[in-house]
Amino acid sequence: MRLNDAVFGVILILFAIAEIAWTTTFPSLYGQEYGPNLFPIIIGAGLALCGVILLVRGLAQRGTVPMVEWGDWAGDKATVLNVVLLIGSMIFYILVSEWLGFIITAFAILTLLLVRLGTGLLTSVVIAIIVTLLIHTLFARVLLVPLPWGILQPVAW
Amino acid sequence: MDTILKALALVTEPYTLGVMLLAAMFGLFVGSMPGLTATMATALLIPFTFFMDPVPAIAVIVTAVATAIFAGDIPGALLRIPGTPASAAYCDESYAMTQKGLAERALGIGLVTSVIGGLTGAVVLSLSAPALAEFAIQFSSFEYFWLACLGLSCAVIISTGSTLKGFVSLLIGLFIATIGIDGTAGHPRFTFGSIELMGGVSFIPAMIGMFAISEVLRYVASTRKALPVPQQPVGSVFSGLGPILRKYKMNIVQGSGLGAIIGILPGAGADIAAWISYALAKKRSKEPEKFGTGHPEGLVAAGAANNASVAGAWVPAIVFGIPGDSITAIVIGVLYMKGMNPGPMVFVQSPELIYAVFIAFFIANLALLPLGFAAIKMSRQILKVPQRILMPIILMFCMVGAFAINNTVFGITVMLVLGIMAYVMEENGFPVAPAILGIVLGAMIEDNFMNSMIKADGSLSGFFSRPIAATLGVLTILLWTMPLFLTLRRWMRPGTE
Repeated sequence: MRLNDAVFGVILILFAIAEIAWTTTFPSLYGQEYGPNLFPIIIGAGLALCGVILLVRGLAQRGTVPMVEWGDWAGDKATVLNVVLLIGSMIFYILVSEWLGFIITAFAILTLLLVRLGTGLLTSVVIAIIVTLLIHTLFARVLLVPLPWGILQPVAW
Repeated sequence: MDTILKALALVTEPYTLGVMLLAAMFGLFVGSMPGLTATMATALLIPFTFFMDPVPAIAVIVTAVATAIFAGDIPGALLRIPGTPASAAYCDESYAMTQKGLAERALGIGLVTSVIGGLTGAVVLSLSAPALAEFAIQFSSFEYFWLACLGLSCAVIISTGSTLKGFVSLLIGLFIATIGIDGTAGHPRFTFGSIELMGGVSFIPAMIGMFAISEVLRYVASTRKALPVPQQPVGSVFSGLGPILRKYKMNIVQGSGLGAIIGILPGAGADIAAWISYALAKKRSKEPEKFGTGHPEGLVAAGAANNASVAGAWVPAIVFGIPGDSITAIVIGVLYMKGMNPGPMVFVQSPELIYAVFIAFFIANLALLPLGFAAIKMSRQILKVPQRILMPIILMFCMVGAFAINNTVFGITVMLVLGIMAYVMEENGFPVAPAILGIVLGAMIEDNFMNSMIKADGSLSGFFSRPIAATLGVLTILLWTMPLFLTLRRWMRPGTE
């Protein structure tokens, strides 16, 4: 996904304005002219300046560089779906891993992505089972990371 | 001497040597997979190093990177796809050798020069770091403020692509570093009321997102098909290598030396070292017309340069706490997490740790010779591992790794957000390395600035009142004003463009 520099320029300027506006709520340091707002203001000012330059540069190239260029993957429905599924599966993990448990969530995500990227269903299921159990053993047993059991809690080993 | 023996004992513990061996195999594998970089190898390893003592943790990273940078040559020679960006400079050259039926020779040259370059880098590191540290011990917050500014400025100027976009990337990194409770007033900044953001953006999930998730995204979003692996029988790796290396010994010296020095510069890593050293070898060659046709001269120089730069990058990292490239930026983050703030004080308080790092470099590069040989022999099998299976597995490791640091899924959120951000940035020509340096150095710059201001009672002149601080300050300001000055000069002399 390629965007014209002007698009980034506008995003950066808006971001910088919001960021600097927020810094006005910061308290100042007692007896000092500079407080926790100094660095954010410098960063915001720098981003705004860069934003303006990118905006001007992008507008100048408007004729040759389109505002949004999705790239070849956007034309291919299967690829778009894969990107959506990849990001979606991370969000899925964030939302449900706590109550569904690591083993089920990881198995579901792995199987889905393996199949989507072109591996046969049976192979995918076998790989997903092996990898899930391997990661679980490595992190939960060896490194003692408390991976959630979720609904599998009654059969936890 | 006592310290060196102590350090040697630390590194040669069976546990440390064992994890180093695993790390070497991991590094060789990741390096030889196109699309998986040495930085990604480091990012995937940090969740594991989190559970280790400092010495094995650092030894693991040193080993994985040294082996991954060499292994990047393998798909470069066989498929014409560099395994890591560090091999991109001479990938056409080594592929041309493969087409002549000399794949093993190209890889043999890559292996031997990598080992020589890596050892040279290790020597440069172990000689220059303690000397610099002795000097750096006199530094106060003023000097550190300027050093960090200088490091970040170098990172922007040297970074690939446009300087403006590099600067934007740096500012984004610095902004990310300001999130959380600030160091001087204890006020939460940009946390949106989130308690998890109070402690700041966790470093490890951020790195995993920016270096691993972004690569997985790039793989999924690309419509490029996998290339067939050439199936010629594996020939002898080392035969006929002696005369070539003797003939081009000056190129090895040039590549190793230049690589180590480029590595020391903040922001310039193995890829830039290889490009510059290849270009220099071509420029100084008696037969530059042969470059690009499977001629070993440039290969020898660049193959040594990228491995030498890996060690060079550690010099500013352990002496000043200023990373020389993205990998050492990650290392510094790991050290902070272990409560070991890199800087000259470590040389005084626990010198055995520093010497252990040096020794790890020597061991890793020596071990690269037999392990790299095995990797070349197995290269065709390694390259057959399909990425469509690998990528979902990597994703799973990333999520568990990001979770494992604080045992909350919030780490995965950080990883996801920064991963998408890094992907969009790279697609649009914003280099990611300055952002990493910004994240790592942001807090250090701000704390040193604030401490200095409090010491100097709010007067800016304090930043120039000590001789070293003044020199560093003037250097930094010169570096900042240079682009302005150059533009002005171009305007003054019209028609010279």
